[in-house]
Amino acid sequence: MTAVLALAACTQQTPAGASPSAAASAAAKRGAGGDLKILYWQAPTILNRHQATGTKDADASRLITEPLASFGKDGLPVANGLAAEIPTAANGGVSADFTTVTWKLRTGVKWSDGTPFTADDVVATFTYQCDEKSAASTIDRCEGVKSVTAKDANTAVVTYKEPQPFYYQWGVGDAGTILQKAQYANCLGAKAKDCAADQKPIGTGPYKVREFKAGDVVTYDLNENFRDPNKPFFKSVTFKGGGDATSAARAAFQTGDVDYAWNLQVEATVLKPMAQQSSTATLTTVYGSSVERILINFSNPDPALGDNRGEPGTKHPFFSDKAVRRALAMATDRNSVAEQLYGGGLSGKASCNILTAPEPMNSKNTDGLDICKFDLNAANAELDKAGWVKGSDGVRAKGPVKLKILYQTTVNPVRQKTQDIMKANWEKVGFQVELKSVPAGTFFTNTSPDGANHFWSDVEMFTNSGDPDPTSYFVGWTTKQMTGKANNWQFGNYHRYSNPDLDAVVDSLRKETDQKKRNDLAIKANDILVSDVVVIPLINRTFATSGVSKSLKGVDPTPWDSEMWNIADWTK
Amino acid sequence: MGRYVVRRLLVSIPTLIVISFVIYAILALAPIDPLSQFGADPRIPPEARENIRRALGLDQPWPIRYVKWMTAMFTGNFGVSFMSHSPVSELIKQRLPNTLAVVGVAELVGIAIGIPIGMISAIKRYSIFDHVGTTFAFMGFSVPTFFTGLLLIILFGIKLRWFPFIYDSTLQIHDLNSLTQQIRQSIMPITVLGLFNVATIARYVRAEMLEHLPLDYVRTARGKGLRERFVVLRHVLRNSLIPVVTLVALGIPAVFAGAIVTEQVFRVPGIGDLLVNSIGTGDIPVVATVVFIFAVLVVLFNLVADLLYAVLDPRIRYT
Repeated sequence: MTAVLALAACTQQTPAGASPSAAASAAAKRGAGGDLKILYWQAPTILNRHQATGTKDADASRLITEPLASFGKDGLPVANGLAAEIPTAANGGVSADFTTVTWKLRTGVKWSDGTPFTADDVVATFTYQCDEKSAASTIDRCEGVKSVTAKDANTAVVTYKEPQPFYYQWGVGDAGTILQKAQYANCLGAKAKDCAADQKPIGTGPYKVREFKAGDVVTYDLNENFRDPNKPFFKSVTFKGGGDATSAARAAFQTGDVDYAWNLQVEATVLKPMAQQSSTATLTTVYGSSVERILINFSNPDPALGDNRGEPGTKHPFFSDKAVRRALAMATDRNSVAEQLYGGGLSGKASCNILTAPEPMNSKNTDGLDICKFDLNAANAELDKAGWVKGSDGVRAKGPVKLKILYQTTVNPVRQKTQDIMKANWEKVGFQVELKSVPAGTFFTNTSPDGANHFWSDVEMFTNSGDPDPTSYFVGWTTKQMTGKANNWQFGNYHRYSNPDLDAVVDSLRKETDQKKRNDLAIKANDILVSDVVVIPLINRTFATSGVSKSLKGVDPTPWDSEMWNIADWTK
Repeated sequence: MGRYVVRRLLVSIPTLIVISFVIYAILALAPIDPLSQFGADPRIPPEARENIRRALGLDQPWPIRYVKWMTAMFTGNFGVSFMSHSPVSELIKQRLPNTLAVVGVAELVGIAIGIPIGMISAIKRYSIFDHVGTTFAFMGFSVPTFFTGLLLIILFGIKLRWFPFIYDSTLQIHDLNSLTQQIRQSIMPITVLGLFNVATIARYVRAEMLEHLPLDYVRTARGKGLRERFVVLRHVLRNSLIPVVTLVALGIPAVFAGAIVTEQVFRVPGIGDLLVNSIGTGDIPVVATVVFIFAVLVVLFNLVADLLYAVLDPRIRYT
């Protein structure tokens, strides 16, 4: 326990250490620092954010190219990008019907090649990113966007097809990267897939690429044309990739070879003492909306149904009984999982909410629920009451239906240990649990019968997270989104859950423009999903788990944007 | 001899075509998916995934993709990586120097140290030197490289801080200082791989020498009154090295293929690292090309080994 407290104290130093840096960086001179060493155990392979295949690429590109604005800790935009100010309803930047957003751009901004940045670049980025043929991995940001136009050289207007309460969808944050029109003129459409610019994009950000070796290392020099004459502090940056998380942690905490080591997914028993005893670095974490959860299947995954297996409209033999779902939730020991497998706050904490952030949308109503408390007696009583009787083999049944569960997840040591904890408890109350683990590459596809999308098992487990605005997140539980053969298992409602109450809440969420009411709607949607036991939330996982050198100042991760979102402000 | 070489080369063409087909078929049928990188990321909707799949040409049936890949390969076009959008040949060119600097040097170290150790062990059989040498050789054989690698990192990288354990591939050697840096950063991976090579070669040399030492021609040489040093170096060693030469020749393709585990452990961006990462990300053009080049080298060096045999052993003649 003391270890936990000590670590908590350790991690809390970061925000404290970050605040004086704002003052320090103002005084800091451009290029006064030497080489900033960043270590990612996954190596970047491409530097165009819109073609990125992972966080490693997105983060490596953020040093070069910028969005219009970044997302801060509260999920609201911060004007540290290409926009001069954040458009809001109050300042007239957002139209009253929430369809147009007018971005006033900074004046005098230059690309690293010395050419001026204008609204045309913003428009060209939209053309590139939102063309289906470009196959951008960020194309979801384009959904519902009607157009992006240039009103004048320094004003860009984003128009949505319908009132869009999340009007910062396009152009803000990690996926909002603005590319240079001239450089990407020859990379549109089908030509996007072998575009040389992806290796060395020209940007407006604090750094520019000196050399990029795909799958290995990026070296950057400071961008002399960066708009703030005092930034960036470091003369160069080395962004090395590859290896494993454990030795990355050693390089940060034990030898101090690197200033920043990303995503230290190391067993808590190893990482905790390493971080505590370190004289060189501190562990920096931030909580966002990532939740490890157990999904319950409402359709019937019985292979005997043939073509109809797991289709919307079929009924699960026992999970259609709410008492069974409730009992399963009561027999779920999330606190043990949090303590034993996530280091009690090191890389995650127990959560009974499926929406954990932004903070005003984090429901306070679930803590008191009986299904959020681990109580085997209550679970047994619930099943007794509902008429599920224990047989001689200890498995409960009602008529011919036995409580036999197939529980699937990805191959991952933490997940397998979580499965073990669940199985032990669930079997104590009369379920029979069979465990299954599938390689992640097979699990997260719509094509595999073993995949999460097909969900041909009774329960399954993985992590998911949402935007600062949770509308699209909750859409994944609506009736229209039920996944199945008809949509080639591409829709988001893997549960095949259907509840008019939830559909109504999500519909209001689509239209409601008052922020206070939106918060209430989000909480309501969360409460329905939790109390109806559609999903059993387990762990709110940390967004960033990075080792940051004690001499490095200004690192201040937000859960809604790249960890590199404010790298221009980093100093030593 | 010339006709033999031509015949062998002609035979190797269908062999390589079959190999290329098998490689591609395995990759196409294996559950690796270039889009698995996106994982459960909810921000990449299924339609976007379909788009990407189409853009990569993955919507076509794999036999068609195979034929396209193969025909492009004949024109020297190795294709474009799914992940980095850069030509595969470019990636290989970037990584080959690192692999040669580490795996290649380790091979040389293995030869330079392995042969004398094996030789002395054989001549002074059951001496203390032989026992120590044999013990080390067995350790080199049996301890996996990921273990020795981690051991060295913890000891020399972290506890003693003698050597860096993050390989810097951007280092340019232009003066004594940078040369020292290069030696410092490659000493641990070379040691790990070298240990294994030394062990293999030393055991081979020792066994061969022991086989030759009691033979008649050795006794004759001694009987002629030659000095022992001369007998060993001129006669015994030379004959004992024939299988070792084969061993080394057949090991050269492996040098180019890099060392998957060791490169990962020390973050050496070599071919092995490229291969294993590309497998992980489902980057089929890269995997297929690297494996195919490896296959070509194996076929080629098999031929070289056979020819060397004839050169070293006058009794063998190819017609």
